[in-house]
Amino acid sequence: MKLIGEKGVKRILMLTAFSAISALLLIALFILNEGLPFIFKYGVKDFLFSSDWNPHLGKYGIYPMIVASLWVTFGALVIGAPLGVAGAFFLTEYVPKSIMRIIKPTIELLAAIPSVVYGFIGVMVLAPLIRNNFGGPGLSLLAASIILGIMILPTVISISIDSIMAVPQSYREGSLALGATTWQTIHMVTVKASKSGIIASIILGMGRAIGETMAVIMVAGNSVNIPHSPLDSVRTLTANIALEMSYATGLHRQALFATGVVLFIGIIILNSIASVVLRKRAVKK
Amino acid sequence: MRIHPRYTQRGAIAVLGGATLLTLLILAFIIFFILEKGLPGISLSFLTTNPTDMGRAGGIFPTLIGTIILPLLAIIIATPLGIFTSVYLSEYTKENKATRIIRFGTDCLAGIPSIIFGLFGYIFFVVTLGFGWSILSGGLTLAVMILPTIIRTSEEAIRAVPKSYREVSFSLGATSWQTVKKVILPNALPGIVTGIMLSIGRAIGETAAVIFTAGSSLRIPSSVFDSTRTMAVHFYILAREGISAENAYATAATLIIAVLIVNLSAYWLMHRFIAKRS
Amino acid sequence: MKTKFHIKDLDLFFKEEKVLKQINFEIPANKILGIIGPSGSGKTTFLRALNRMNDLEDGTRIEGNILLDEEDIYKPDYDVVALRKKVGMVFAMPVPLPMSIYENVVYGVRLSGVNDSKLLDELVEKSLTASYLWDEVKDRLKTSGMRLSGGQQQRLCLARVLAMEPEVILLDEPCSGLDPISTAKIEDALTVLKKDYTIILVTNNTKQAARVADNTAFFLMGELIEIGSTGQIFTTPNRIETNDYITGRFG
Repeated sequence: MKLIGEKGVKRILMLTAFSAISALLLIALFILNEGLPFIFKYGVKDFLFSSDWNPHLGKYGIYPMIVASLWVTFGALVIGAPLGVAGAFFLTEYVPKSIMRIIKPTIELLAAIPSVVYGFIGVMVLAPLIRNNFGGPGLSLLAASIILGIMILPTVISISIDSIMAVPQSYREGSLALGATTWQTIHMVTVKASKSGIIASIILGMGRAIGETMAVIMVAGNSVNIPHSPLDSVRTLTANIALEMSYATGLHRQALFATGVVLFIGIIILNSIASVVLRKRAVKK
Repeated sequence: MRIHPRYTQRGAIAVLGGATLLTLLILAFIIFFILEKGLPGISLSFLTTNPTDMGRAGGIFPTLIGTIILPLLAIIIATPLGIFTSVYLSEYTKENKATRIIRFGTDCLAGIPSIIFGLFGYIFFVVTLGFGWSILSGGLTLAVMILPTIIRTSEEAIRAVPKSYREVSFSLGATSWQTVKKVILPNALPGIVTGIMLSIGRAIGETAAVIFTAGSSLRIPSSVFDSTRTMAVHFYILAREGISAENAYATAATLIIAVLIVNLSAYWLMHRFIAKRS
Repeated sequence: MKTKFHIKDLDLFFKEEKVLKQINFEIPANKILGIIGPSGSGKTTFLRALNRMNDLEDGTRIEGNILLDEEDIYKPDYDVVALRKKVGMVFAMPVPLPMSIYENVVYGVRLSGVNDSKLLDELVEKSLTASYLWDEVKDRLKTSGMRLSGGQQQRLCLARVLAMEPEVILLDEPCSGLDPISTAKIEDALTVLKKDYTIILVTNNTKQAARVADNTAFFLMGELIEIGSTGQIFTTPNRIETNDYITGRFG
């Protein structure tokens, strides 16, 4: 390093520091470049709000997939968010720190399990369970919501835990010293103080749910329709891309990239909201 | 109506504790279910022979190679970039607009779904750069995907090095780079390695980003321009196309074991690191 | 008598706040200057201005000049690395780097590219002897510096500075966390060292300044209230604030 000198080192480090942001720009550029022209040619309204997806007839309406993605994500939040936030409060407020230090990484193992394995469990265990108890094909909106609800748990739990832990101990002591129970302290003091972090954790979980692909392909059933009940088979935006990408060509392939554009923009918006929420918290401190 | 605080307290413990327990049970169920069904199918010959009849019979040897080589390539590319970025962010610059943009970009990159990485890798590495469905395309795509994780964990590890070490080093006439090399990186190393291990775990289990960039050839690759199939992709194909439930379970079990080994050693490292600190 | 540092019209700002105001004085070579004053008086900030450690804090800005051997250390393109090699520093909290005792001592020298093991061995012995630590650690130079007691750690930090063979040694309340025996050892070392070095000692302990310093400066609220020979300051101070402080009325 003597050869390059201190200034040279700094310049090299600065260049590499822009690697992540340039990767992001490159991704945006290539996805938009493939997808946007198609959207404008086909018509924004027809693409986003028509229900007719029929590639060999040249029909590319992704409305059912948008609806399905939103429902599946909503379902995942209904299941995952309360479970995750409850777990986070239990682990931070009721369990000794030493045990929490073991359980938190254990729960984070849930994030390490490959999504195809979740999908497989959904197919082998969950779908038959739903089929036999509630009817329908089993592979459904409900199955996808449950699997995704589980998959977002580690995100929700670990970010919530971090933000609950960031609440100054003195707040809790102040409340407990006035004779409040742990639960009263949680819902009167801790929740308020860690609210933005918990919201951010849910938004990030939402991003994970909306973007999940392989598990959803395996359990959601994949038929293109607007669901009328949780037991209906649905196809999400991500599933739409992954299912047809392997054989799509020409316009069809562009339509899949255009689906990617919709997904990409949605995710960037969610992430921006989450980062603003988290930043606000940092500033408030 | 007012319920006595003692009862709300008990109710809260039951509900919150129940939620935690449920989460842990789900985790345990997934692992035990896969291992119970899959372990009987794992044998030395399963790991060391080629699949026959599309994977209906035979072993998973070529997918083991794919599973090792793709994450390895990704790590080789992403690690230096990630570490240098975090060194720059924490040691060479003050918080300003540029660092905020870099951080925001890193966060966004971390949130992008793997299918988008797959699309990007396909159009950029496979098609535009002409690498084809190959180890190179797959490895580069995975590298971009894990870069934010490495940046974040390295930055956390670097920030955990006491400020006083930096002061001492500077006061003894060290330059910034000497301080980074001699004091900061050695002390942040366990944390950095933990981040790398977690990234490897993620890369091993990845499917959507890999299937469209590295392809799914079952041949043993002879160069980085050959296509390869990872265990995760193999498992997906077996399970989804209903080729062989037995081999699917065995592959899933192998995959889970690999991921668990990588993640548990990461936690072990982190634990030792924290123990040493205090 | 040779002047080591010459401080001219020094103002130091932290963000908008003026932390040091119009400091003007000279620091003679080969003497011990004690700097006393209550906490928040700016004495540590002043000390850190002398080897530009304040550069590491965001939002620090100075006006005026600090001359070392008649050269302005704040002029553009002044070599800060060379400055810090010439002006060593011992911090309030002993901070051994997480490496062996031996490597701690030679850290700075190795950075300058010295790798001859015989030379380094000699340097380690010489520096540890001068900081009154050699006898306690000579048989375990390879063990971690963090395994030493607090007092030993601080003497290790002093040895680490001596190994650089600086011209000036800055000490920032070096004995604040130490037991009386370790404190005495460090004070003994300082009185011997002053024949080769210029020593500037910031201390919260007025008695320590009275014991070891040749000259004493009294800082209050960012201003230099009074400076003079230690005997004069402690027996016939010119200013009422100095008198109040050394007699324990405040601080």
